[in-house]
Amino acid sequence: MFNRDNWKEIFETIQKNKLRTFLSGFTVALGILIFVVLYGFGNGLKNTFNEFFGNDATNVLYLSPGRTTEPYLGYKANRRIEFDNSDLKDIKENFAMFLDYVTPQISRGAFAKYGKESDNYSIRAAAPSIQEAEKLILMEGRFINQSDIENKTKNIVIGRLVKKDLFKGANAIGEFIDLGGSSFRVVGVFQDDGGDREERIIYMSYTSRQRQDKATDKVDQIIIGFKPEIGYAGAMALEKSLNTYFREKKYISPKDPNGMYIRNVTDQLKQNQQFAGVLQIIISFFCIGTLIAGIIGISNIMVFVVKERTKEIGIRKALGATPRSVIGTILLESIFITTISGFIGMMIGVGILTGLGDTLKDYFITDPYIDMGIATASTIMLIIFGGIAGYIPAKRAADIKPIVALRDE
Amino acid sequence: MAMIEIKDLHKSYQMGSNSLHVLKGINFSVEAGELVAIMGSSGSGKSTLLNILGMLDEANEGSYVLDGVPIKNLNETMAAQYRNKFLGFVFQSFNLINYKTAAENVALPLYYQRMPRKERQEKAIKYLDQVGLKDWATHLPSELSGGQKQRVAIARAMAAEPKVLLADEPTGALDSKTSYEVMNLIQKINDAGNTILVVTHEPDIADMCKRIVHLKDGVIVEDKKVKQVRAAQYV
Repeated sequence: MFNRDNWKEIFETIQKNKLRTFLSGFTVALGILIFVVLYGFGNGLKNTFNEFFGNDATNVLYLSPGRTTEPYLGYKANRRIEFDNSDLKDIKENFAMFLDYVTPQISRGAFAKYGKESDNYSIRAAAPSIQEAEKLILMEGRFINQSDIENKTKNIVIGRLVKKDLFKGANAIGEFIDLGGSSFRVVGVFQDDGGDREERIIYMSYTSRQRQDKATDKVDQIIIGFKPEIGYAGAMALEKSLNTYFREKKYISPKDPNGMYIRNVTDQLKQNQQFAGVLQIIISFFCIGTLIAGIIGISNIMVFVVKERTKEIGIRKALGATPRSVIGTILLESIFITTISGFIGMMIGVGILTGLGDTLKDYFITDPYIDMGIATASTIMLIIFGGIAGYIPAKRAADIKPIVALRDE
Repeated sequence: MAMIEIKDLHKSYQMGSNSLHVLKGINFSVEAGELVAIMGSSGSGKSTLLNILGMLDEANEGSYVLDGVPIKNLNETMAAQYRNKFLGFVFQSFNLINYKTAAENVALPLYYQRMPRKERQEKAIKYLDQVGLKDWATHLPSELSGGQKQRVAIARAMAAEPKVLLADEPTGALDSKTSYEVMNLIQKINDAGNTILVVTHEPDIADMCKRIVHLKDGVIVEDKKVKQVRAAQYV
């Protein structure tokens, strides 16, 4: 079946039936092209989704103090709870095995001034590991470091848009910004994928902030980054024991819903993953639909091709073509066409996806792509099913008595 | 030994609930080198007989022996191989493959004989030359006249060097001048020793054969040897 002569015969047939070849090739190429592009768009949607929800680290717990609403152990209700530096130390000591990092966060607004430019920005005072929790990407200079914490330096790291607002195009590193009346030195510039608001933030060391706030050791919030290995269950357990630990330490009733809060991003993460999963199912549904439509398209064309060739098949059979050679010729021809055009369609699709990049970002499609393995596998699948779909009419044609086939007009 | 030997051949077609009995017991034999005309009005069963002889159709009853080989219970593959080896066909409507050139059409049965390509092409040209169409080898059927198409079809039938050439109304679609040209060619092929059966309803074409078998309502009513009229005198 695979000798050179057969292929020559097939090539001749293909060459001399350009319209037929084009039609079946076009169907296959279009099917695969749409599949690849759809699948790629699906991935692009997921990319956008991840960008929306994945801009902060997910292995993070946020501890915030509140105000008690229940009396407990002799303490009256409506007592304000506060966290301070000793809590940081306690967390580090008692939960060391779960921890990646711990950082406090003190948020303030401040009026910033540099030369003639000025604006209001939010100032976050924290430890160096806030960079990890917020997934900040350093563009220039350095981030707040341990020495800034220990020496309570007046160094700050500013967001990309802060720099744009205040410095225009000029160099910011080493320059001094006036923040609410005192001078701070810019040591770094960061960017954040989380949006413009996240890039209008100024970071400084929390010790420096505490010194400014009249030498207090209070912190607004404690951010705990835990080891990702502990997983969802581990995160839930950590949340529970932190809760117990701090309620005991701060004399908050275990039943009081308002004394303190722990926000656990893992919960949110799980929901996001579920949403992404549903998205994936919908996309897969469309893609499978497209593939099936493609297969049906090829089947139709095969039926048409065989019908059109009935008389020719009759002639060939009268001249001595066996049913096997009739089927073989039709199948090899169709598989050849579907293979070539399938891969052409696939390459065009991949080309389109690559070319698009993030031009469709406004439509929630970012960097669409398709795994080459999936693209190839689906192309091969289409070829195989095209072959199967072609076999049935080819077999039927081969079984037609030549006398009947010859009568066909 | 006879080239074709058929005994008590029956054929009927099922047309809905009715059965149409087309061949009602045909007995005849053809010796090697004969040129036989099978005549009859339409519906007499002459084409059915030819189709059975050509293994394009099967009889319901009776025996058919071709050059000593009983043709019986053939599956499609066997029938195809026998057709390829033993028989050459010429049809009224030529039945050339329209996207293949004259030479490619002639070479097609050789392809199914698994003959190497080069040999095939040489042989195709040789047979086209014999029917006087060597210069038309690269032309498509659509570029040929009716007579030329039929000559290509005859070249194709002869290229496989069959034992018997079966022609079903070979001149049916041609004017009389062209018909005589085609008959002239058939006579020449017969002169070379080939066995040929021609189905026709035209008496002048039948007279150009050496023997006429008359069919009527599915039986042979007359079977006679005739003095052959040479077609060459009309060409």
